[in-house]
Amino acid sequence: MELVKVDIGLLFWMTLTFSILLYILGKYAWKPIMKMLHEREESIEKALNAAEDAKKEMLKLKAGNEQLLLEAKEERDALLRDARKVKESIIEEARSKANEEANRIVENARESIQFEKMAAINDLKNQIASISIEIAEKILGQELTDKEKQHQLTAKLLKEVKIN
Amino acid sequence: MIRMLLIKYRQLAAIIMLSLLVAFTAQAAENNTSSHPVPSKTEETANPSSEAGKFNAGEMIIEHIIDAHEWHILTWKGHSVSIPLPVILLEQGKLVVFSSAHLHHGTEAYNGYKLEAEGPHKGKIVKVKEDGSIDEAAKVPLDFSITKTVLSLFISVALLLILFLSAAKRYTANPNRAPKGMQSLLEPLILFVRDDIAIPAIGKTKYMRYMPYLLTIFFFIFINNLLGLVPFFPGGVNLTGNLAVTMVLALFTFFITTFSGNRSYWVHIVNTPGVPWWLKIPVPLMPIVEIIGFITKPFVLMVRLFANITAGHIILLGFMSLIFIFGTMSPWIGIAVSPVSILFGVFMSLLELLVAFIQAYVFALLSAIYFGMAIEEHHHEHAPEEGVQP
Repeated sequence: MELVKVDIGLLFWMTLTFSILLYILGKYAWKPIMKMLHEREESIEKALNAAEDAKKEMLKLKAGNEQLLLEAKEERDALLRDARKVKESIIEEARSKANEEANRIVENARESIQFEKMAAINDLKNQIASISIEIAEKILGQELTDKEKQHQLTAKLLKEVKIN
Repeated sequence: MIRMLLIKYRQLAAIIMLSLLVAFTAQAAENNTSSHPVPSKTEETANPSSEAGKFNAGEMIIEHIIDAHEWHILTWKGHSVSIPLPVILLEQGKLVVFSSAHLHHGTEAYNGYKLEAEGPHKGKIVKVKEDGSIDEAAKVPLDFSITKTVLSLFISVALLLILFLSAAKRYTANPNRAPKGMQSLLEPLILFVRDDIAIPAIGKTKYMRYMPYLLTIFFFIFINNLLGLVPFFPGGVNLTGNLAVTMVLALFTFFITTFSGNRSYWVHIVNTPGVPWWLKIPVPLMPIVEIIGFITKPFVLMVRLFANITAGHIILLGFMSLIFIFGTMSPWIGIAVSPVSILFGVFMSLLELLVAFIQAYVFALLSAIYFGMAIEEHHHEHAPEEGVQP
């Protein structure tokens, strides 16, 4: 059978050629190709990872922003609430102060009225005293004789003395 | 997954082997019937159209499949047009070089050498005596000629080098870029060899060591299988269907496996763990089985590729021969048969395209599996599963 005969020449050429092919391709083709494929895969992997990271970072930032916005809103609300409280307290205070002032003024007025009144009463008392003395002088001077007349006079004088 | 693929592939191989067998019997029958009345002369029988009635399909097919000292391109009006190739002989330490054109297709002797057309040394270059008769006493000189197969080997190697060196240049010139042109055709195949052959069979840690070899055999077999399907000049040679070629490839795999075998690999062969002692001690049954397996693996690699590719060529040529076989009865029958033959030929060519890829894949895969078995670290506590047998 020629078909299954193995020629030594062909065996020799095949071994030689295939060895050379294996060496050249191994050194100058497969090595750089495999290295480049590996590097490219790594760079793609890295790029994908970076994109994923960026996406996560973005989400985090977005969440942070929302958080910030929420906090700002809360702070604003708190500020407004405080301001309102302050305003009310100021109004309250003002009102109470005004009341106090008014009361004080009224009190003062009342005091001064009292004072004036007392002064007036004192004055009146003094006048009464002097008038009484005058009356007494007059009575004493005119008619100290008649008892009746004395009483009448006293009554009349007293009537005259009207307390304002 | 690999197992399933092997099973699937086995069916295909069985079909092809069967076809091979059929083709062989057909060829043998042809030889028996036709070679008796007509003393066959190689040149004339290889020329189907010139002499109707003398067409011998079996010889024509074998002519196309086996090696030759010249590259026959076509026969035109009874003259064969072929490329003469250098004949390199080594005889008793002497190197003899001359063109095969001097041998005149075996019809003439030159410098005491003749291309034998008959007998046990058919197709070989033998010594002749002064009177032109074959010198039976002299040994057949060692033949290192650049034959048709060797030239086709050189062409395919040149093609492989051009393809991959230019691709490698592209890779280094623009790193980290998407592949372009030829690169994008080759890259999926390279990745296929890496991701579907080397890594699953050998493992992620050690596969890099075997990648150059696996890629080289994969592309060598694939490209040569494809070139073998091209019917015109640089192609059409049955290179991967030549036993010497597949033997060299199988031996490469065998030696790489043997030299990378670790301790547990050898222990498995000599003293298989997890097997009852009586299978080893009085009669070393297991070691014998293991050693047979050790030798069968490369042998099977060699035969598988050879048989598949040769069978494909035989079937294709067989269909084409049908036209001429019928043509010798009557040209009209030949014409009538030709569409059927062409249809089957096209179908077989498509099938062969698939086979071209599958064979390259299987050869690389099995090599990778053998390497993986050689470097695998076994745990001897349990009976380990024997590797995938081809």
